[in-house]
Amino acid sequence: MASFIDSALTWIGSSKAGQCFADLDGKLDLLPQQTANGLMLGGVYVMVAVAFTLIIGMLNFLNFTVPALFMVGAVMMWASISGGFGSGADQVMAAIVGPGNQWILGIVVALVVVSLCSLVIERFTYRYMKARYGDATEHALPLVSSLGFLIIFEHVVITIWGSDSLTATSPFGNSSFYIASIQFSTPQVISLLVSLGFVFALSYMLRATRLGRALRSIAEKPDTAPLMGVEVGRIVPIVYVLAGLLCGIAGILFTLNYTTVDAYVGDTVATVAIAGMVIGGLGNVWGAVIGGLIVAMLQIYATHFCGAGVVKIPVWGLLLLILIFKPTGLFGHSAIGKGKF
Amino acid sequence: MSGYLESQLIILCLNVIFAYGIFLPAASGQLNLGAAGFITLGAYSSAWLNASMGGLGLPMFFSIPLAMLFCAFVAFVISFPILRTRGVYMVLATFAFAEVVSGFVINLDFLGGAAGMPVDDHANINVVLPVALGVVLFSFYFMATRLGLTFRSIHDDESVATLFGVNVRSAKVAAFTIGAALTSLGGALYGHHYNYIETQTFNVLLSIYILLYVLLGGTQTAWGPLVGAAFFTAIPELLRQVSKETGEQWIADTRFIFFGAIIVLMMVVRPEGLVTRTMVERLSRRDKGDPPAKTPAAGEVSS
Repeated sequence: MASFIDSALTWIGSSKAGQCFADLDGKLDLLPQQTANGLMLGGVYVMVAVAFTLIIGMLNFLNFTVPALFMVGAVMMWASISGGFGSGADQVMAAIVGPGNQWILGIVVALVVVSLCSLVIERFTYRYMKARYGDATEHALPLVSSLGFLIIFEHVVITIWGSDSLTATSPFGNSSFYIASIQFSTPQVISLLVSLGFVFALSYMLRATRLGRALRSIAEKPDTAPLMGVEVGRIVPIVYVLAGLLCGIAGILFTLNYTTVDAYVGDTVATVAIAGMVIGGLGNVWGAVIGGLIVAMLQIYATHFCGAGVVKIPVWGLLLLILIFKPTGLFGHSAIGKGKF
Repeated sequence: MSGYLESQLIILCLNVIFAYGIFLPAASGQLNLGAAGFITLGAYSSAWLNASMGGLGLPMFFSIPLAMLFCAFVAFVISFPILRTRGVYMVLATFAFAEVVSGFVINLDFLGGAAGMPVDDHANINVVLPVALGVVLFSFYFMATRLGLTFRSIHDDESVATLFGVNVRSAKVAAFTIGAALTSLGGALYGHHYNYIETQTFNVLLSIYILLYVLLGGTQTAWGPLVGAAFFTAIPELLRQVSKETGEQWIADTRFIFFGAIIVLMMVVRPEGLVTRTMVERLSRRDKGDPPAKTPAAGEVSS
């Protein structure tokens, strides 16, 4: 026991916790720059968190294909700009848009592939949600199917391109600009703006269009919506494709900004995005935005002050506390996430 | 027994123990995606109790039960806040718990931190196999007891169970705690068998796979996790063997795609899992050939 207490004291005193306060002034000087980096990282999490929240808000289940679709989008973009489809396809693409501009076609390819994948997933998850015998774990069905799809997509990519990191050269180079001595990378700023733009468009669509009204009616009462003339069978695939497009775009932006992807890139990003979604509140689009930014900030600050080793504790600790004390998150609605998975 | 078969049998035994640890909560209607957290706790606490350098130096046969007790205590304490959540929130809360555990362990230098930790005592198949069999027998017996029946009633319909006077909360706490003890037993054995543990091994993917074994095997009977773990441990291995025998490399490369496809298709054709209660009842009926009796229904209720 003595050795345990000793090690605990040593731990608090010297190595890890003490580290957080070492050279505090120097770290505080860098704080604005780190905040900017956090915002940029948040841009990626925001879109994935919104994709999660869209599915959970409308259809009431946790869709584990979101990481898979993110990864598919990222890998398609990588393959387009680094000749991953083979040199023949690369030449064709270069002939269409000019060499060095394959990323334009990459966007198209990634979005088309992701949409098709979303439709296949919809066919095998949502349509089988209605179990024949009711018990407590029946609602786990789509969750399990979506995990099956996650395994399928990851291993398709591993089979084709291997499990090592795939590195691309960014078509935009390292362009950046300064505002008040804070460095901003231009592609990252554009990414953040793009993702916020999509969230704005999505929330306008949900609030003000006919499709949005239909979606909200399904979210509110899936059994009553058909009676009101909402064609659930046609609307649900749209939700899947929308969520898939959000993931796909996030994946594209991830590749363009961070240039290194692998088959498991979705898992890393999506688990953090799930934390962000829950912190913001399940089913709330703007909650997911705020939550995504909060977890990105937590990650960046924790790494900045205490080193990369502790990064899990603040994010998941906050998630655990939120779940226990305020499961609806910051902006969530209490009716969401009950009963179904 | 050949070395290859033995190593596969060990993996199977560990997976079966993990699966039963997650099955007990699932049998009472809770989805626990935090297997990796309890595995980490079990593996590291047993390793520390066992370590002669910097630990307590207890022999393996004391350190493993003590580690189980410790994990059961941790699970008991956290089950109260975690069981306030339900459905998707519980999945996420257990998942977050596992991540927090791994985040703490990786920062504790006396547990080796990110470099991992060597484990002193070795548990070979003569230890792992009997323990796994014991866990299976225990779970079968447990599901036949009154408490097991209580779990079953909560799994099938929580509100009705409450109406019949079942103390749902304490049953759920019991399921969560006993399940965590079993999971940590598996984790401790893992550490003692491979003699080396690191937190990266016990990641989200492991939790997901274990939950899949249970859900695909079926949560209605105690057969489910056994069949699920055996089936899904064996399939990728068998496909690898087939690929070796036939010399077709693509089978080995794509085996996990088949694996995923089997999961998806199984949810379509057999959503309650491989083994269901009706299936077990039909297979185990002894009065074959007799005209179907009408009374067993009443007998079932009283048992």
